[in-house]
Amino acid sequence: MSLAIDFKRIIRAGFINFMRNPVVSFVSVLIMTVTLFIMSSLILLNALLSFSLAQVSERVDINVYFYPDAAEVETLTLRDDLGLLPEVSSIDYTSREDAIESFRERHADDYLTLQALDELNENPLGASLNIQADETGQYASIVQYLETSSYGALIEKINYNQNKGIIDRLNEIMITVQRLGTIVTLFFVIISVLITFNTIRLAIYGAREEIAVMRLVGADNKYIRGPFMVEGILYGISATLLTVIALIPITLWFSSFAKTFFGGIDIFAYYVTNLPQIIIILLVAGMLLGIISSFFATRRYLNK
Amino acid sequence: MIYFDNVTKVYPGDDLALQDVSLSVEAGEFVSIVGHSGAGKTTMVRLILAEVAPTKGQVSFESQDVHDMSSAKVSELRRRIGTVFQDFKLLPNKTAYENIAFAMEVAGQTDEEISSDVPHVLDLVNLADKTDRFPHELSGGERQRLAIARAIVNQPDIIIADEPTGNLDPEATYEIIQILQKINDLGTTVILTTHSQGVVDSLKKRVIRLEEGRIISDTKEQ
Repeated sequence: MSLAIDFKRIIRAGFINFMRNPVVSFVSVLIMTVTLFIMSSLILLNALLSFSLAQVSERVDINVYFYPDAAEVETLTLRDDLGLLPEVSSIDYTSREDAIESFRERHADDYLTLQALDELNENPLGASLNIQADETGQYASIVQYLETSSYGALIEKINYNQNKGIIDRLNEIMITVQRLGTIVTLFFVIISVLITFNTIRLAIYGAREEIAVMRLVGADNKYIRGPFMVEGILYGISATLLTVIALIPITLWFSSFAKTFFGGIDIFAYYVTNLPQIIIILLVAGMLLGIISSFFATRRYLNK
Repeated sequence: MIYFDNVTKVYPGDDLALQDVSLSVEAGEFVSIVGHSGAGKTTMVRLILAEVAPTKGQVSFESQDVHDMSSAKVSELRRRIGTVFQDFKLLPNKTAYENIAFAMEVAGQTDEEISSDVPHVLDLVNLADKTDRFPHELSGGERQRLAIARAIVNQPDIIIADEPTGNLDPEATYEIIQILQKINDLGTTVILTTHSQGVVDSLKKRVIRLEEGRIISDTKEQ
């Protein structure tokens, strides 16, 4: 008999079993939904932490302060030279005039300081450069370039060393949080996968008499196992659907307070934008879980 | 057709079910195996269906040792044997129609054959109006008739009925025996196990008596 007819009959039987055992199907789908929900939490948590990590990295920069008597032409040349370095992603130049102006603005209420400044009769501040690199690790080489170049004499101070400790610590914390989050979620994923596997095993255990009857009428393994595997696929599809729907209000609610806490990421927008990929991941995971669980759960009844 | 050659079956726990049983059943015969509960009747059926293996000896179906077969061959063997059991062994989540259709599907019949043969065989066992009923919606006698319909639909070489009337009232018992006799009249070999002397007497066919796992008599057709 043709494979297509076998296939059609197995799929039909799987659908019929799924519909005619509503309680078993409901429980299996519910358990699998929990598993897929935890899996999607892993995906979203990773996105959240990666985004926060990127945000922290973006906030890292170094400031190069020039001596007040450094010639502007030279400092500007240095700025242009730095711009050619592949590691540098952006440079902001603050001239001496801009520096004194922003100083005055910052101390507008501080009469004593402003008076002292006026008494100097000259601008005591030097120009400065604010440099951002593509990656946090690249600052060291930029600093080295500055210190060893011919412009070294113009530079009064580079604040890299002051920030370095904080930058490294923040990085460490974020990476630890991300790693811990992944481990905890993976642990829950494994537990829920095992629970799903056992639920399907129990469902098939409940059908063991039926399997024995099928064997007695001479059914091949494919006719016995096939419909259970189709049922497993249907559990996966239904659970994916439920998870995707449930995540809409949850991410929406979570976004409202996570936005400020995690540095501006809109988890709902992220979820909606990445929905096709998330659906594919959940669908594949759910269907595989259903198929593999059914395959192994039926095995013990087929080898008798 | 079916041969038992010095077959002994001991279940775990030294539970002796059959001891040195030798017999043969030829094509077209109607053989009743009679004995009390625990005499070994069901063990004989399970040995023929390759559900259990003998501890000693050999069970053959048409010269092939049924316990020396691959799992695919065992499935093939079971499709050539129609089985009817005391507890019906119907698929609870399938309707009367689907129970029979399933047996045809696994035997590789086409959809056209299924849609023409199932109503016909349901009609033969007087269940034409119960096509869409699930087993739990049928009476004991109806369930057994459905089990017989499933057993004969693939025109097997042999029908094995293991205590098919054990759970039935006298009227339903009479009906089932009549159907089995009709199947045999049409040329199919029938093996019937029962503990009811009345059933055996009404048949007037070959009777094998079992007691404590041994054959104590084998009387030919009366």
